[in-house]
Amino acid sequence: MEEKLIVSISPHIREDISIKRIMYSVVVALLPALFFSIYIFRMKVLTIVLLSIGAAVGSETLCQYLFKRKITITDGSAVITGILLAFNLPPDSPFWLPIVGSIFAVVIAKQLFGGLGYNFINPALAGRAFLMASWPKIMTHAWEIPTHGTLSGIDAITSATPLTVLKEAKGILADPLSSAQSIATAKQALFQLGSKTSLSNLFFGSVGGCIGETSALFLLIGAVFLLVKKYIDWKIPLSYIGTVFILTLFIPTGINSLFHILSGGLVLGAFFMATDMVTSPVTPKGRWIFGIGCGAITVLIRLWGGYPEGVSYSILLMNCATPLIDIYTKPKKFGVVKKKATTEENTKEKERLD
Amino acid sequence: MLYKTFKGGIHPQTNKATDKKKIKPLPLPERVVIPVSQHTGKPSTPIVKLGDKVKTGQKIAEAEGFVSVPQHSSISGEVKEIAHYPHPVLGRDALSIVIESDGKDKWIKRKKHDYTKLARSEIVEIIKNGGIVGLGGAAFPTHVKLSPPKEKPIDTLILNGAECEPYLTVDHRTMLERTEDIIKGAKIIMKVLECDRCIIAIESNKKDAIEKFKNLIKDERIEVFTLKVKYPQGEERQIIKACLKREVPSGGLPMDVGVVVQNVGTVCAIYDAVHRDIPLLERSLTISGSGVKEPQNVKVRIGTILKNVIDNCGGYADGAGKIIMGGPLMGIAQYTDEVPILKATSGIIVQTEDEVSIEEEQPCIRCSRCVDVCPMRLLPCEIASYAEHHNFDKCEELDIMDCKECGSCSFVCPAKRNIAHLVKFAKNEIMSKK
Repeated sequence: MEEKLIVSISPHIREDISIKRIMYSVVVALLPALFFSIYIFRMKVLTIVLLSIGAAVGSETLCQYLFKRKITITDGSAVITGILLAFNLPPDSPFWLPIVGSIFAVVIAKQLFGGLGYNFINPALAGRAFLMASWPKIMTHAWEIPTHGTLSGIDAITSATPLTVLKEAKGILADPLSSAQSIATAKQALFQLGSKTSLSNLFFGSVGGCIGETSALFLLIGAVFLLVKKYIDWKIPLSYIGTVFILTLFIPTGINSLFHILSGGLVLGAFFMATDMVTSPVTPKGRWIFGIGCGAITVLIRLWGGYPEGVSYSILLMNCATPLIDIYTKPKKFGVVKKKATTEENTKEKERLD
Repeated sequence: MLYKTFKGGIHPQTNKATDKKKIKPLPLPERVVIPVSQHTGKPSTPIVKLGDKVKTGQKIAEAEGFVSVPQHSSISGEVKEIAHYPHPVLGRDALSIVIESDGKDKWIKRKKHDYTKLARSEIVEIIKNGGIVGLGGAAFPTHVKLSPPKEKPIDTLILNGAECEPYLTVDHRTMLERTEDIIKGAKIIMKVLECDRCIIAIESNKKDAIEKFKNLIKDERIEVFTLKVKYPQGEERQIIKACLKREVPSGGLPMDVGVVVQNVGTVCAIYDAVHRDIPLLERSLTISGSGVKEPQNVKVRIGTILKNVIDNCGGYADGAGKIIMGGPLMGIAQYTDEVPILKATSGIIVQTEDEVSIEEEQPCIRCSRCVDVCPMRLLPCEIASYAEHHNFDKCEELDIMDCKECGSCSFVCPAKRNIAHLVKFAKNEIMSKK
């Protein structure tokens, strides 16, 4: 051969897969829910999402430029952060809100820790938590009644999210000073929430809520795509939603388990945020634990916490536990026999005696 | 139907384009370069001098100790040089014996053996003197594998016909063309090991070979198992797990679970050595890839220069850019085509420049695809990160020494990280400290 041979390390063939493809597949998977959101909340939603993506991508570029890192905005991870953050905002948010949130998510939660792959918590959720702590009123009271359908019959609280209704109704019932009339309204509200109509509204998305969390159906369409492509692991969503279902089945919550699964951001969180690869465990056993932990904390916050919704905090808390989970759930390697375990035990025994 | 398999592993495109092509013996080479180290263990010592006339099959280098094998002249002619030449596996120049052919291919005197009349130790001696090593790629001296200590009785012999590496078809062809010889070879090995069970394990994409074995086996001690098509199904530990559900202990050998695994090509070599008194001086291999004009299976004398082999296969195609000795997953890229074919060279894959993917590494996104495919159930991504930071103690804690370097982790990595390479690097560092 005349020209020089190429020498490189094995393996000499690679699977046709890249970070970019995984990231943009997630973006595609989020589109059905986005389109539906635009349909029910009109173009304002699109503006919020675009502002959020723009701020995320822009601040990532600026950071990488300032930190003299390689500019990697085309990998799509900042786009996902932007979309997910916007999905967690009320549809009536002021336009500066997604910008501030995205900048916090990308700069503080991601780039300051080293960029993609090094962040320890989900950037979008960190951004949401920051906004929640800084502007709680805007974050919880800017609900708009969807143009197509409402929770009929409870006019006074229709603009609130179903979970807020649940929390308030239970508060009224628990308060001994409540008037008979308000108790009756609350009871009726609970009955309405648990009804078939309410559940189907939750599933198809004609209820108040954040931009991305109103319709379980459209989120599931995207999730199925990612599951089929194996870009997300089924273990986390299954154990997460399964835990919420089982816990709410056995703990008296005043409302049925299906309501708990379909309401709030559980579907969005379980399929799109808890499954964030960077911040979830790499071990199979660890993923079960991660999902179960998320589910337990969510139920804990929803039933006894100060907030009506606990999905984002539960995932953030489990993100922090991820390194620990990984350490303690190391898979049993191939070819571990009892003999070796006993020698280990022997040495431990010896150490103890010494 | 559910085929036998192990947990983990990958599904690369098999690209077995040459599985219908008969093994073609190539013309005798004019010159062979025979390195004294073609096997795992101590290099052999040359016993010929410059100018010596040698015959085909004559011993030219003697084994050094037990874990070593002798080398034989693969042609008849004259010893022209004993010098350092490029070695395809060591990646540097290594001591080699160069023989120039007289074109006559004069053989040493041979005598046929009847293995049923030989003692077990005599058979092992013949195999050792025949210079036989594992032909699947690892090149471990076969007589060592066939001499398990008394306290480790062998109950099962597995013939490895998985051939899980993409492109390679030589084992497949050998099983079709030398079916009877493989069965006879298996009986020889069973006699040596005193075991009375033999499993011929073949991946399900070689239906014709499976059928042929099933039709020809007249011995109820020998069975054929169909394995799932998956890489690294042909790895010793994985094939044992698939066939017998036994796990070779960490740090142990197949004999610890009463098993010996032999590649089907090796079994043919054993048959040749015992029945026909022919030492290991030629082998079959697959020449494939889009960088070769006429991909095919060939039989060549050991020590033939790679370039000559390619020339006999129509030469390089336009745009040929990378030569891989072995399969595309574990093979070694060559820096020159002036290297010899070794005993354990199972194939040569030539990739075109467009096929060569050297992509930039990105940070690990902890997608855990490598964890899911690791056949040894390790955490490749974590080990690689520690190796990158030279934290070798942590690597050891994560059982890096159990890695068999199959490369599945690098194959599936979306960030194109060279995980397997980092692992090999760390393993070398750890071993050199011990």
